[in-house]
Amino acid sequence: MDSSRRNLCLSVAAGFGTLMFGGILDAQGAAKQKTKERVIKIQAKRFVYTPNEITIKKGEAVVLEFTSLDFVHGFNIPDLKIRADLPPGQITRVSIKPEKAGVYDFLCDNFCGSGHEEMSGRIIVK
Amino acid sequence: MTDHILNRRNFLRLTAVGGGAVFMSGLYGHALAATAGQAAAPYDDFYFVQLSDSHWGFSGPPNPDAANTLKKAVAAVNALPTQPDFIIFTGDLTHTTDDPKERRKRMTEFRDIAGGLKVKTVHFIPGEHDAALDNGAAFKENFGATHYAFDHKGVHFIALDNVSDPGARIGDEQLEWLKNDLEKQKKDARIVVFTHRPLFDLVPKWDWATRDGDKAIALLMPYSNVTVFYGHIHQEHHHQTEHIAHHAAKSLIFPLPAPGSQEKRTPLPWDPAAPNKGLGFREVEAEIKADKYDITELPVPKE
Repeated sequence: MDSSRRNLCLSVAAGFGTLMFGGILDAQGAAKQKTKERVIKIQAKRFVYTPNEITIKKGEAVVLEFTSLDFVHGFNIPDLKIRADLPPGQITRVSIKPEKAGVYDFLCDNFCGSGHEEMSGRIIVK
Repeated sequence: MTDHILNRRNFLRLTAVGGGAVFMSGLYGHALAATAGQAAAPYDDFYFVQLSDSHWGFSGPPNPDAANTLKKAVAAVNALPTQPDFIIFTGDLTHTTDDPKERRKRMTEFRDIAGGLKVKTVHFIPGEHDAALDNGAAFKENFGATHYAFDHKGVHFIALDNVSDPGARIGDEQLEWLKNDLEKQKKDARIVVFTHRPLFDLVPKWDWATRDGDKAIALLMPYSNVTVFYGHIHQEHHHQTEHIAHHAAKSLIFPLPAPGSQEKRTPLPWDPAAPNKGLGFREVEAEIKADKYDITELPVPKE
């Protein structure tokens, strides 16, 4: 793992394996956060995330709390090697603490129908 | 050599109308094998046609002629003076719909149009628009298996399904099948792989990738003569993963922007002054020597 990956220091355990970033959670969303983190609620439904643009501060610990309404959408930030499935009927939390400023695009990477290609957003780290 | 020249003429005719033509020339390969003392399997000259991403059922401003584009391509292929040995459609035969009944209707219509091809050896693989919402059920009803292999004149063809899983995985079961299939091949066997999505990470933020494509590439890597033809990205594109070449075909519905060139992968707008712009056709002449491919792109005629 290179230094930039280490700096991201993120992990997600939402029943799909461990991902890079920060914080620990479980499939039922009953995460025990190690530290107080800002929670940002995100709704996923065909074919949009709401909100789809999120701004956070560099080094800020944030929990993205997903609720999917209609499909097992995906959440993927390719530049950070982070992804999770978002099953409907449960909350999926992804903890992040990016240490590097920039714009990180995310997308639904589970094909969800006509309009799937437009289901995306971005995280702006300042 | 005369046959080679004649086939090239046919390619030029084909490229004026649609699809990708692939010419497998055995002449040089025979000489190369003889010189090197290798035991390459004998094979004959032939070519096949690759068509991709027709999205039958799509309607919208990116292609106001959507009801005719596929039919024009079929007519163009039929007009070739020398017909290809076979035709491959590399996915997204139909445009997706949530309605299973409508999905099957589109597939039936597509099948009827493709049935108008003079060449009756036609292979199909699904795209995510065909298969991801029902794990390939409707596709299988209409076109058969979503992954398979066949041999033709000394070339081993492998069709991989990286779309029936909505998460764009080939999956462990199919990878095991691929592994077993490859184990029957010599390391210098001529292998052509068809997929819909790129097996490599082209632009993951546009979903131009296969989640476990690296595993397929790892299985293919020990083989010295592998070429991959795929669709999905609606444009000509060429990429190497070490010695393995990957060639994307243009679509028959609308072009998409160059990889990573803009924020979103929205279709390029239809240009009334230049109908079919970006839907150009491709000629690929695959010489056996040194995995080198000579490719010529020509525009689609307005009429």
